Amino acid sequence: MTRDRALRSVVLATPLVWAVAFMFVPYLIIFTYSFWLKQYPTFVPAFQFGNYLQLLVDPQYYQVLLRTAKIAILVALSALAIAYPFAYYLVFKVTSARLRLTLYMAVIAPLWVSYLLRAYIWKTILGSEGVINSFLVWIGILDTPTDIFLYNQFSMVVTLTYIFIPFMVMPIYTALEKIPRNLIEASKDLGVGPFGTLFKVIWPLSLPGVFAGMTFAFCLTFGDFVAPFLVGGPDGVMVANVITSQYGAALNWPLGSALAIVMLIIVLGIIELSDRFERSGRINLA
Amino acid sequence: MSTARLTLFDRFGNGTYALMILCVLAFLYVPIVILVIFSFNDSSSLTLPLSGFTWHWYDKLFSNRDLLRAIGNSFYVASFATVLTLLVGVPAAFALDRLDFIGKRMFRRLILLPLVLPGIITGISMLNLFKLVGIGLSLETVILGHATALLAIVVTQVFARLQRLNRRLEEAAADLGARPWETLYFVVLPNIRSALIGSGLLSFTLSFDEIPVTFFLTGRDNTLPMYIWSTMRRGITPEINAVGTLIVLASLVLIVVSVILLRDERER
Repeated sequence: MTRDRALRSVVLATPLVWAVAFMFVPYLIIFTYSFWLKQYPTFVPAFQFGNYLQLLVDPQYYQVLLRTAKIAILVALSALAIAYPFAYYLVFKVTSARLRLTLYMAVIAPLWVSYLLRAYIWKTILGSEGVINSFLVWIGILDTPTDIFLYNQFSMVVTLTYIFIPFMVMPIYTALEKIPRNLIEASKDLGVGPFGTLFKVIWPLSLPGVFAGMTFAFCLTFGDFVAPFLVGGPDGVMVANVITSQYGAALNWPLGSALAIVMLIIVLGIIELSDRFERSGRINLA
Repeated sequence: MSTARLTLFDRFGNGTYALMILCVLAFLYVPIVILVIFSFNDSSSLTLPLSGFTWHWYDKLFSNRDLLRAIGNSFYVASFATVLTLLVGVPAAFALDRLDFIGKRMFRRLILLPLVLPGIITGISMLNLFKLVGIGLSLETVILGHATALLAIVVTQVFARLQRLNRRLEEAAADLGARPWETLYFVVLPNIRSALIGSGLLSFTLSFDEIPVTFFLTGRDNTLPMYIWSTMRRGITPEINAVGTLIVLASLVLIVVSVILLRDERER
Protein backbone atom coordinates (compact mmCIF):
# COMPACT_ATOMS: atom_id res chain seq x y z
CA MET A 1 0.00 0.00 0.00
CA THR A 2 2.87 2.39 0.71
CA ARG A 3 3.80 2.09 -2.93
CA ASP A 4 0.37 3.40 -3.93
CA ARG A 5 0.55 6.26 -1.48
CA ALA A 6 3.98 7.10 -2.89
CA LEU A 7 2.46 7.13 -6.37
CA ARG A 8 -0.24 9.49 -5.19
CA SER A 9 2.19 11.95 -3.68
CA VAL A 10 4.43 11.87 -6.75
CA VAL A 11 1.41 12.57 -8.96
CA LEU A 12 0.56 15.57 -6.87
CA ALA A 13 4.00 16.84 -5.93
CA THR A 14 5.68 16.95 -9.35
CA PRO A 15 3.30 19.41 -11.01
CA LEU A 16 2.78 21.33 -7.78
CA VAL A 17 6.48 21.94 -7.27
CA TRP A 18 6.87 22.83 -10.94
CA ALA A 19 3.99 25.30 -10.89
CA VAL A 20 5.34 26.98 -7.77
CA ALA A 21 8.97 27.10 -8.89
CA PHE A 22 8.52 28.09 -12.52
CA MET A 23 5.23 29.97 -12.51
CA PHE A 24 4.20 31.32 -9.13
CA VAL A 25 7.66 32.41 -7.93
CA PRO A 26 8.65 34.03 -11.26
CA TYR A 27 5.38 35.98 -11.40
CA LEU A 28 6.00 37.04 -7.82
CA ILE A 29 9.46 38.25 -8.78
CA ILE A 30 8.19 40.47 -11.60
CA PHE A 31 5.49 41.74 -9.26
CA THR A 32 8.16 42.67 -6.70
CA TYR A 33 10.43 44.25 -9.30
CA SER A 34 7.59 46.39 -10.55
CA PHE A 35 7.87 48.46 -7.34
CA TRP A 36 11.64 48.77 -7.46
CA LEU A 37 13.56 51.83 -8.47
CA LYS A 38 15.77 52.29 -11.47
CA GLN A 39 19.17 53.52 -10.42
CA TYR A 40 21.94 53.71 -12.94
CA PRO A 41 23.40 51.29 -13.94
CA THR A 42 20.91 48.79 -12.50
CA PHE A 43 18.03 48.99 -10.05
CA VAL A 44 17.48 48.89 -6.30
CA PRO A 45 14.79 47.44 -4.02
CA ALA A 46 12.07 49.89 -3.07
CA PHE A 47 8.35 50.09 -2.59
CA GLN A 48 6.94 52.89 -4.68
CA PHE A 49 4.35 53.23 -7.40
CA GLY A 50 6.53 55.39 -9.65
CA ASN A 51 6.71 52.80 -12.42
CA TYR A 52 2.95 52.38 -12.58
CA LEU A 53 2.49 56.16 -12.38
CA GLN A 54 4.86 56.59 -15.29
CA LEU A 55 2.80 54.13 -17.35
CA LEU A 56 -0.33 56.16 -16.65
CA VAL A 57 1.12 59.65 -17.10
CA ASP A 58 3.77 59.34 -19.80
CA PRO A 59 1.93 59.40 -23.15
CA GLN A 60 4.69 57.27 -24.65
CA TYR A 61 3.49 54.36 -22.50
CA TYR A 62 -0.25 54.74 -22.14
CA GLN A 63 -0.56 55.38 -25.86
CA VAL A 64 1.17 52.09 -26.54
CA LEU A 65 -1.25 50.34 -24.20
CA LEU A 66 -4.24 51.95 -25.92
CA ARG A 67 -2.88 51.18 -29.38
CA THR A 68 -2.25 47.56 -28.43
CA ALA A 69 -5.79 47.25 -27.09
CA LYS A 70 -7.19 48.83 -30.24
CA ILE A 71 -5.28 46.46 -32.51
CA ALA A 72 -6.27 43.47 -30.38
CA ILE A 73 -9.95 44.45 -30.62
CA LEU A 74 -9.71 44.97 -34.39
CA VAL A 75 -8.01 41.60 -34.82
CA ALA A 76 -10.61 39.81 -32.67
CA LEU A 77 -13.46 41.41 -34.62
CA SER A 78 -12.05 40.76 -38.08
CA ALA A 79 -11.18 37.17 -37.21
CA LEU A 80 -14.75 36.77 -35.92
CA ALA A 81 -16.21 38.26 -39.10
CA ILE A 82 -14.33 35.73 -41.19
CA ALA A 83 -14.54 32.70 -38.89
CA TYR A 84 -18.22 32.85 -37.93
CA PRO A 85 -19.74 32.57 -41.42
CA PHE A 86 -17.19 29.89 -42.21
CA ALA A 87 -18.06 27.78 -39.17
CA TYR A 88 -21.77 28.44 -39.71
CA TYR A 89 -21.55 27.19 -43.26
CA LEU A 90 -19.64 24.08 -42.23
CA VAL A 91 -22.10 23.10 -39.52
CA PHE A 92 -25.41 23.99 -41.16
CA LYS A 93 -24.92 24.00 -44.91
CA VAL A 94 -22.44 21.25 -45.71
CA THR A 95 -24.36 17.99 -45.84
CA SER A 96 -21.47 15.61 -46.44
CA ALA A 97 -19.66 14.74 -43.21
CA ARG A 98 -16.51 14.01 -45.17
CA LEU A 99 -16.46 17.42 -46.85
CA ARG A 100 -17.16 19.07 -43.50
CA LEU A 101 -14.19 17.35 -41.87
CA THR A 102 -11.94 18.18 -44.83
CA LEU A 103 -12.87 21.88 -44.75
CA TYR A 104 -12.46 21.99 -40.99
CA MET A 105 -9.02 20.41 -41.21
CA ALA A 106 -8.13 22.82 -44.02
CA VAL A 107 -8.84 25.83 -41.87
CA ILE A 108 -7.09 24.40 -38.78
CA ALA A 109 -3.99 23.10 -40.58
CA PRO A 110 -2.21 26.49 -40.80
CA LEU A 111 -1.91 26.34 -37.00
CA TRP A 112 0.74 23.68 -37.53
CA VAL A 113 2.70 25.87 -39.90
CA SER A 114 5.24 28.03 -38.12
CA TYR A 115 3.80 31.14 -36.55
CA LEU A 116 6.95 33.07 -37.38
CA LEU A 117 6.68 32.10 -41.03
CA ARG A 118 3.07 33.16 -41.26
CA ALA A 119 4.03 36.63 -40.04
CA TYR A 120 7.08 36.73 -42.32
CA ILE A 121 5.00 35.87 -45.39
CA TRP A 122 2.95 39.02 -44.91
CA LYS A 123 6.10 41.07 -44.66
CA THR A 124 7.11 39.77 -48.08
CA ILE A 125 3.64 40.32 -49.53
CA LEU A 126 2.94 43.81 -48.22
CA GLY A 127 6.42 45.36 -48.34
CA SER A 128 7.35 48.22 -50.63
CA GLU A 129 9.47 45.73 -52.57
CA GLY A 130 6.95 43.05 -51.94
CA VAL A 131 4.61 40.91 -53.99
CA ILE A 132 1.60 43.23 -54.13
CA ASN A 133 3.65 46.32 -54.95
CA SER A 134 5.70 44.67 -57.66
CA PHE A 135 2.50 43.21 -59.12
CA LEU A 136 0.81 46.61 -59.22
CA VAL A 137 3.84 48.19 -60.84
CA TRP A 138 4.16 45.29 -63.27
CA ILE A 139 0.60 45.56 -64.58
CA GLY A 140 0.87 49.34 -64.67
CA ILE A 141 -1.50 50.46 -61.93
CA LEU A 142 1.32 52.06 -59.97
CA ASP A 143 4.29 53.95 -61.36
CA THR A 144 6.43 53.50 -58.28
CA PRO A 145 6.00 51.13 -55.33
CA THR A 146 4.02 52.48 -52.41
CA ASP A 147 4.80 51.94 -48.74
CA ILE A 148 1.21 52.23 -47.54
CA PHE A 149 0.78 48.46 -47.07
CA LEU A 150 3.51 47.67 -44.59
CA TYR A 151 4.74 48.99 -41.23
CA ASN A 152 1.45 50.34 -40.00
CA GLN A 153 -1.57 49.21 -38.04
CA PHE A 154 -3.26 47.88 -41.15
CA SER A 155 -0.47 45.37 -41.78
CA MET A 156 -0.58 44.36 -38.10
CA VAL A 157 -4.30 43.68 -38.22
CA VAL A 158 -4.08 41.73 -41.49
CA THR A 159 -1.18 39.60 -40.28
CA LEU A 160 -2.63 38.83 -36.87
CA THR A 161 -6.11 38.15 -38.24
CA TYR A 162 -4.51 35.72 -40.66
CA ILE A 163 -2.76 34.01 -37.76
CA PHE A 164 -5.76 33.80 -35.43
CA ILE A 165 -8.53 32.68 -37.82
CA PRO A 166 -8.02 28.97 -36.92
CA PHE A 167 -8.18 29.84 -33.21
CA MET A 168 -11.49 31.55 -33.85
CA VAL A 169 -13.02 28.83 -36.02
CA MET A 170 -12.38 26.02 -33.50
CA PRO A 171 -14.51 27.16 -30.53
CA ILE A 172 -17.27 28.63 -32.74
CA TYR A 173 -17.51 25.40 -34.72
CA THR A 174 -17.76 23.40 -31.49
CA ALA A 175 -20.45 25.73 -30.12
CA LEU A 176 -22.52 25.62 -33.31
CA GLU A 177 -22.25 21.85 -33.51
CA LYS A 178 -23.75 21.53 -30.03
CA ILE A 179 -26.96 23.39 -30.93
CA PRO A 180 -29.79 20.83 -31.11
CA ARG A 181 -31.21 20.73 -34.62
CA ASN A 182 -34.79 20.51 -33.36
CA LEU A 183 -34.52 24.04 -31.97
CA ILE A 184 -33.83 25.31 -35.46
CA GLU A 185 -36.64 23.18 -36.87
CA ALA A 186 -38.97 24.56 -34.21
CA SER A 187 -38.00 28.10 -35.10
CA LYS A 188 -38.72 27.40 -38.76
CA ASP A 189 -42.04 25.74 -37.93
CA LEU A 190 -43.05 28.80 -35.96
CA GLY A 191 -42.60 30.83 -39.13
CA VAL A 192 -39.34 32.54 -38.26
CA GLY A 193 -37.27 33.29 -41.35
CA PRO A 194 -33.67 32.16 -41.79
CA PHE A 195 -32.29 35.49 -40.59
CA GLY A 196 -34.60 35.52 -37.60
CA THR A 197 -33.48 32.01 -36.70
CA LEU A 198 -29.86 33.03 -37.09
CA PHE A 199 -30.12 36.08 -34.86
CA LYS A 200 -32.61 34.83 -32.28
CA VAL A 201 -31.67 31.17 -31.96
CA ILE A 202 -28.27 30.30 -33.40
CA TRP A 203 -26.27 33.42 -32.51
CA PRO A 204 -27.25 33.51 -28.79
CA LEU A 205 -26.56 29.79 -28.43
CA SER A 206 -23.16 30.12 -30.06
CA LEU A 207 -21.99 32.96 -27.79
CA PRO A 208 -19.80 30.73 -25.59
CA GLY A 209 -17.76 29.82 -28.67
CA VAL A 210 -17.65 33.44 -29.80
CA PHE A 211 -16.40 34.60 -26.40
CA ALA A 212 -13.81 31.85 -26.24
CA GLY A 213 -12.49 32.70 -29.71
CA MET A 214 -12.42 36.44 -29.08
CA THR A 215 -10.67 35.95 -25.74
CA PHE A 216 -7.97 33.92 -27.46
CA ALA A 217 -7.51 36.39 -30.29
CA PHE A 218 -7.52 39.42 -27.99
CA CYS A 219 -5.15 38.05 -25.37
CA LEU A 220 -2.67 36.56 -27.82
CA THR A 221 -2.64 39.71 -29.94
CA PHE A 222 -2.25 41.88 -26.86
CA GLY A 223 0.99 40.16 -25.97
CA ASP A 224 2.14 39.34 -29.46
CA PHE A 225 5.87 39.48 -29.88
CA VAL A 226 6.48 38.57 -33.50
CA ALA A 227 4.11 40.69 -35.63
CA PRO A 228 5.00 44.12 -34.18
CA PHE A 229 8.69 43.47 -34.86
CA LEU A 230 8.19 42.12 -38.38
CA VAL A 231 5.31 44.14 -39.82
CA GLY A 232 4.62 46.81 -37.19
CA GLY A 233 7.05 49.64 -37.83
CA PRO A 234 7.08 52.82 -35.73
CA ASP A 235 3.30 53.19 -36.02
CA GLY A 236 2.71 49.63 -34.83
CA VAL A 237 4.81 49.58 -31.66
CA MET A 238 3.04 47.36 -29.13
CA VAL A 239 3.44 46.52 -25.45
CA ALA A 240 5.76 43.60 -26.25
CA ASN A 241 8.20 45.93 -28.03
CA VAL A 242 8.30 48.25 -25.04
CA ILE A 243 8.80 45.44 -22.51
CA THR A 244 11.61 44.06 -24.66
CA SER A 245 13.37 47.41 -24.89
CA GLN A 246 13.01 48.00 -21.14
CA TYR A 247 14.57 44.61 -20.50
CA GLY A 248 17.17 45.19 -23.19
CA ALA A 249 18.71 48.46 -24.25
CA ALA A 250 16.89 50.71 -21.74
CA LEU A 251 17.90 48.43 -18.85
CA ASN A 252 14.89 49.49 -16.83
CA TRP A 253 13.67 46.15 -15.52
CA PRO A 254 11.34 47.69 -12.93
CA LEU A 255 9.41 49.60 -15.59
CA GLY A 256 9.37 46.56 -17.89
CA SER A 257 8.06 44.47 -14.99
CA ALA A 258 5.33 47.00 -14.21
CA LEU A 259 4.26 46.87 -17.84
CA ALA A 260 4.26 43.06 -17.77
CA ILE A 261 2.07 43.16 -14.64
CA VAL A 262 -0.34 45.55 -16.36
CA MET A 263 -0.46 43.17 -19.32
CA LEU A 264 -1.06 40.24 -16.96
CA ILE A 265 -3.91 42.08 -15.22
CA ILE A 266 -5.56 43.04 -18.51
CA VAL A 267 -5.34 39.48 -19.81
CA LEU A 268 -6.71 38.02 -16.55
CA GLY A 269 -9.47 40.65 -16.54
CA ILE A 270 -10.51 39.72 -20.06
CA ILE A 271 -10.62 36.02 -19.18
CA GLU A 272 -12.69 36.71 -16.07
CA LEU A 273 -15.06 38.92 -18.07
CA SER A 274 -15.53 36.38 -20.85
CA ASP A 275 -16.09 33.67 -18.20
CA ARG A 276 -18.86 35.76 -16.65
CA PHE A 277 -20.45 36.55 -20.01
CA GLU A 278 -20.35 32.93 -20.92
CA ARG A 279 -21.96 31.84 -17.67
CA SER A 280 -24.69 34.49 -17.76
CA GLY A 281 -25.31 33.89 -21.46
CA ARG A 282 -25.54 30.14 -21.07
CA ILE A 283 -29.08 28.97 -21.70
CA ASN A 284 -30.11 25.79 -20.05
CA LEU A 285 -31.16 23.37 -22.76
CA ALA A 286 -31.92 20.45 -20.51
CA MET B 1 -45.03 30.79 -51.87
CA SER B 2 -43.04 30.97 -48.72
CA THR B 3 -41.40 27.63 -49.51
CA ALA B 4 -40.44 28.91 -52.94
CA ARG B 5 -38.86 31.95 -51.35
CA LEU B 6 -37.05 29.75 -48.88
CA THR B 7 -35.50 27.52 -51.52
CA LEU B 8 -34.54 30.59 -53.51
CA PHE B 9 -32.85 31.97 -50.43
CA ASP B 10 -31.18 28.65 -49.76
CA ARG B 11 -29.87 28.37 -53.27
CA PHE B 12 -28.69 31.95 -53.29
CA GLY B 13 -27.23 31.38 -49.86
CA ASN B 14 -25.37 28.27 -50.95
CA GLY B 15 -23.81 30.00 -53.95
CA THR B 16 -22.51 32.95 -51.94
CA TYR B 17 -21.44 30.65 -49.14
CA ALA B 18 -19.39 28.49 -51.47
CA LEU B 19 -17.71 31.64 -52.76
CA MET B 20 -17.04 32.81 -49.23
CA ILE B 21 -15.50 29.47 -48.27
CA LEU B 22 -13.22 29.69 -51.29
CA CYS B 23 -12.20 33.24 -50.34
CA VAL B 24 -11.34 32.23 -46.76
CA LEU B 25 -9.32 29.25 -47.95
CA ALA B 26 -7.58 31.45 -50.52
CA PHE B 27 -6.76 33.98 -47.81
CA LEU B 28 -5.25 31.17 -45.74
CA TYR B 29 -3.37 29.33 -48.46
CA VAL B 30 -2.33 31.82 -51.16
CA PRO B 31 0.32 33.36 -48.86
CA ILE B 32 1.80 29.92 -48.22
CA VAL B 33 1.87 29.20 -51.96
CA ILE B 34 3.60 32.55 -52.50
CA LEU B 35 6.21 31.58 -49.90
CA VAL B 36 6.92 28.33 -51.72
CA ILE B 37 6.99 29.88 -55.21
CA PHE B 38 9.56 32.49 -54.27
CA SER B 39 11.86 29.87 -52.76
CA PHE B 40 12.39 28.63 -56.33
CA ASN B 41 12.55 32.04 -57.99
CA ASP B 42 15.85 33.01 -59.58
CA SER B 43 16.12 36.49 -58.10
CA SER B 44 17.30 37.80 -54.77
CA SER B 45 14.29 40.09 -54.43
CA LEU B 46 10.77 38.82 -53.85
CA THR B 47 9.09 40.69 -56.68
CA LEU B 48 6.83 39.94 -59.63
CA PRO B 49 7.23 39.07 -62.45
CA LEU B 50 9.01 35.81 -61.63
CA SER B 51 12.42 35.46 -63.19
CA GLY B 52 12.95 31.71 -63.58
CA PHE B 53 13.46 28.47 -61.70
CA THR B 54 16.43 27.77 -59.45
CA TRP B 55 17.62 25.44 -56.67
CA HIS B 56 20.15 28.06 -55.67
CA TRP B 57 18.47 29.08 -52.40
CA TYR B 58 18.29 25.47 -51.24
CA ASP B 59 21.95 24.91 -52.12
CA LYS B 60 22.88 27.98 -50.13
CA LEU B 61 20.83 26.80 -47.21
CA PHE B 62 22.43 23.37 -46.98
CA SER B 63 25.89 24.85 -46.89
CA ASN B 64 24.95 27.29 -44.13
CA ARG B 65 26.56 25.80 -41.00
CA ASP B 66 24.91 28.25 -38.56
CA LEU B 67 21.53 27.29 -39.89
CA LEU B 68 22.18 23.56 -39.66
CA ARG B 69 23.41 23.97 -36.09
CA ALA B 70 20.25 25.95 -35.26
CA ILE B 71 18.11 23.13 -36.65
CA GLY B 72 19.99 20.64 -34.47
CA ASN B 73 19.46 22.86 -31.42
CA SER B 74 15.76 23.11 -32.16
CA PHE B 75 15.42 19.34 -32.31
CA TYR B 76 17.26 19.05 -28.99
CA VAL B 77 15.11 21.70 -27.30
CA ALA B 78 11.77 20.51 -28.70
CA SER B 79 12.41 16.84 -27.83
CA PHE B 80 13.38 17.47 -24.22
CA ALA B 81 10.73 20.15 -23.70
CA THR B 82 8.06 17.73 -24.96
CA VAL B 83 9.21 14.88 -22.72
CA LEU B 84 9.45 17.18 -19.72
CA THR B 85 6.08 18.81 -20.27
CA LEU B 86 4.45 15.37 -20.60
CA LEU B 87 6.17 14.17 -17.42
CA VAL B 88 4.78 17.12 -15.49
CA GLY B 89 1.55 17.70 -17.39
CA VAL B 90 0.12 14.18 -17.22
CA PRO B 91 0.37 13.95 -13.41
CA ALA B 92 -1.10 17.46 -13.24
CA ALA B 93 -4.10 16.35 -15.31
CA PHE B 94 -4.50 13.31 -13.04
CA ALA B 95 -4.34 15.48 -9.94
CA LEU B 96 -6.99 17.82 -11.33
CA ASP B 97 -9.21 14.94 -12.39
CA ARG B 98 -9.12 12.75 -9.32
CA LEU B 99 -7.45 14.29 -6.31
CA ASP B 100 -8.82 16.84 -3.91
CA PHE B 101 -6.35 19.14 -2.27
CA ILE B 102 -6.09 22.58 -0.79
CA GLY B 103 -5.56 25.26 -3.41
CA LYS B 104 -6.79 23.12 -6.29
CA ARG B 105 -8.66 26.00 -7.91
CA MET B 106 -5.61 28.22 -7.73
CA PHE B 107 -3.39 25.41 -9.00
CA ARG B 108 -5.65 24.91 -12.01
CA ARG B 109 -5.73 28.61 -12.84
CA LEU B 110 -1.97 28.90 -12.53
CA ILE B 111 -1.20 25.89 -14.64
CA LEU B 112 -3.67 26.78 -17.41
CA LEU B 113 -2.60 30.42 -17.53
CA PRO B 114 -0.01 30.07 -20.34
CA LEU B 115 -2.83 29.07 -22.75
CA VAL B 116 -3.79 32.72 -23.02
CA LEU B 117 -0.85 34.35 -21.31
CA PRO B 118 1.47 35.97 -23.83
CA GLY B 119 4.76 34.07 -24.07
CA ILE B 120 6.70 37.23 -23.35
CA ILE B 121 5.50 37.14 -19.72
CA THR B 122 6.63 33.54 -19.26
CA GLY B 123 9.89 34.59 -20.89
CA ILE B 124 10.74 37.58 -18.71
CA SER B 125 9.42 36.06 -15.50
CA MET B 126 11.63 32.99 -15.89
CA LEU B 127 14.53 35.18 -16.97
CA ASN B 128 14.15 37.03 -13.67
CA LEU B 129 14.13 33.75 -11.76
CA PHE B 130 17.26 32.42 -13.45
CA LYS B 131 19.13 35.72 -12.98
CA LEU B 132 18.14 35.81 -9.32
CA VAL B 133 19.19 32.24 -8.62
CA GLY B 134 22.32 32.67 -10.69
CA ILE B 135 21.66 30.12 -13.42
CA GLY B 136 23.34 31.01 -16.70
CA LEU B 137 21.21 31.12 -19.83
CA SER B 138 21.55 28.18 -22.21
CA LEU B 139 19.50 25.80 -24.31
CA GLU B 140 18.61 24.00 -21.06
CA THR B 141 16.95 27.09 -19.61
CA VAL B 142 15.03 27.36 -22.89
CA ILE B 143 13.85 23.77 -22.38
CA LEU B 144 12.57 24.63 -18.90
CA GLY B 145 10.80 27.68 -20.32
CA HIS B 146 9.15 25.76 -23.13
CA ALA B 147 8.07 22.94 -20.84
CA THR B 148 6.40 25.52 -18.58
CA ALA B 149 4.70 27.37 -21.41
CA LEU B 150 3.41 24.15 -23.02
CA LEU B 151 2.18 22.52 -19.82
CA ALA B 152 -1.30 23.98 -20.26
CA ILE B 153 -1.73 22.25 -23.62
CA VAL B 154 -0.89 18.81 -22.27
CA VAL B 155 -3.02 19.35 -19.16
CA THR B 156 -6.14 20.46 -21.06
CA GLN B 157 -5.98 17.61 -23.57
CA VAL B 158 -5.21 14.83 -21.10
CA PHE B 159 -7.69 16.21 -18.57
CA ALA B 160 -10.47 16.25 -21.19
CA ARG B 161 -9.69 12.64 -22.08
CA LEU B 162 -9.63 11.55 -18.43
CA GLN B 163 -13.02 13.12 -17.86
CA ARG B 164 -14.53 11.05 -20.63
CA LEU B 165 -12.90 7.87 -19.36
CA ASN B 166 -15.27 5.27 -17.98
CA ARG B 167 -14.41 4.88 -14.29
CA ARG B 168 -16.09 1.47 -14.23
CA LEU B 169 -13.09 0.10 -16.11
CA GLU B 170 -10.81 1.04 -13.25
CA GLU B 171 -13.26 -0.28 -10.67
CA ALA B 172 -13.38 -3.53 -12.59
CA ALA B 173 -9.59 -3.73 -12.62
CA ALA B 174 -9.48 -3.04 -8.90
CA ASP B 175 -12.15 -5.69 -8.26
CA LEU B 176 -10.07 -8.16 -10.20
CA GLY B 177 -7.20 -7.48 -7.83
CA ALA B 178 -5.11 -4.96 -9.75
CA ARG B 179 -3.06 -2.56 -7.70
CA PRO B 180 -3.66 1.14 -8.46
CA TRP B 181 -0.36 1.41 -10.31
CA GLU B 182 -1.22 -1.70 -12.33
CA THR B 183 -4.60 -0.20 -13.20
CA LEU B 184 -2.82 2.97 -14.20
CA TYR B 185 -0.39 1.19 -16.47
CA PHE B 186 -2.68 -1.42 -18.03
CA VAL B 187 -6.05 0.33 -18.06
CA VAL B 188 -5.75 4.10 -17.87
CA LEU B 189 -2.62 4.81 -19.93
CA PRO B 190 -3.73 2.82 -23.01
CA ASN B 191 -7.02 4.68 -22.90
CA ILE B 192 -5.48 8.12 -22.89
CA ARG B 193 -2.89 7.24 -25.53
CA SER B 194 -4.46 9.44 -28.21
CA ALA B 195 -4.41 12.48 -25.91
CA LEU B 196 -0.76 11.79 -25.08
CA ILE B 197 0.25 11.48 -28.73
CA GLY B 198 -1.84 14.47 -29.79
CA SER B 199 -0.59 16.82 -27.10
CA GLY B 200 2.96 15.51 -27.48
CA LEU B 201 3.04 16.24 -31.21
CA LEU B 202 1.47 19.64 -30.68
CA SER B 203 3.96 20.49 -27.93
CA PHE B 204 6.85 19.45 -30.14
CA THR B 205 5.62 21.60 -33.02
CA LEU B 206 4.99 24.62 -30.83
CA SER B 207 8.33 24.29 -29.08
CA PHE B 208 10.10 23.96 -32.43
CA ASP B 209 8.50 27.24 -33.49
CA GLU B 210 8.69 29.16 -30.21
CA ILE B 211 10.07 32.72 -30.18
CA PRO B 212 9.16 34.92 -27.19
CA VAL B 213 10.26 32.55 -24.42
CA THR B 214 13.37 31.53 -26.35
CA PHE B 215 14.25 35.17 -27.01
CA PHE B 216 14.63 35.87 -23.29
CA LEU B 217 15.96 32.51 -22.09
CA THR B 218 18.59 31.51 -24.62
CA GLY B 219 22.29 32.07 -24.15
CA ARG B 220 24.61 32.17 -27.14
CA ASP B 221 22.95 29.25 -28.91
CA ASN B 222 20.23 29.88 -31.44
CA THR B 223 17.23 27.74 -32.15
CA LEU B 224 15.92 27.63 -35.72
CA PRO B 225 13.19 30.27 -35.28
CA MET B 226 15.66 32.53 -33.46
CA TYR B 227 18.12 32.16 -36.31
CA ILE B 228 15.44 32.90 -38.91
CA TRP B 229 14.26 35.80 -36.77
CA SER B 230 17.66 37.42 -36.67
CA THR B 231 18.10 36.93 -40.43
CA MET B 232 14.64 38.37 -41.10
CA ARG B 233 15.31 41.50 -39.14
CA ARG B 234 18.29 42.19 -41.37
CA GLY B 235 16.08 41.89 -44.43
CA ILE B 236 14.13 39.60 -46.70
CA THR B 237 15.99 36.92 -48.64
CA PRO B 238 14.69 33.96 -50.68
CA GLU B 239 16.83 31.77 -48.45
CA ILE B 240 14.27 32.29 -45.69
CA ASN B 241 11.59 31.23 -48.17
CA ALA B 242 13.55 28.03 -48.81
CA VAL B 243 13.78 27.26 -45.07
CA GLY B 244 10.13 28.19 -44.79
CA THR B 245 9.16 25.79 -47.55
CA LEU B 246 10.99 22.97 -45.79
CA ILE B 247 9.22 23.86 -42.54
CA VAL B 248 5.84 23.82 -44.31
CA LEU B 249 6.75 20.41 -45.73
CA ALA B 250 7.71 19.13 -42.27
CA SER B 251 4.44 20.46 -40.84
CA LEU B 252 2.54 18.60 -43.55
CA VAL B 253 4.34 15.37 -42.64
CA LEU B 254 3.52 15.94 -38.97
CA ILE B 255 -0.16 16.54 -39.72
CA VAL B 256 -0.32 13.33 -41.76
CA VAL B 257 1.51 11.39 -39.04
CA SER B 258 -0.82 12.65 -36.33
CA VAL B 259 -3.91 11.90 -38.42
CA ILE B 260 -2.67 8.34 -39.04
CA LEU B 261 -1.70 7.75 -35.40
CA LEU B 262 -5.00 9.07 -34.13
CA ARG B 263 -7.04 7.21 -36.73
CA ASP B 264 -5.51 3.91 -35.56
CA GLU B 265 -6.69 4.85 -32.13
CA ARG B 266 -10.26 5.43 -33.25
CA GLU B 267 -10.50 2.18 -35.17
CA ARG B 268 -9.50 0.07 -32.25
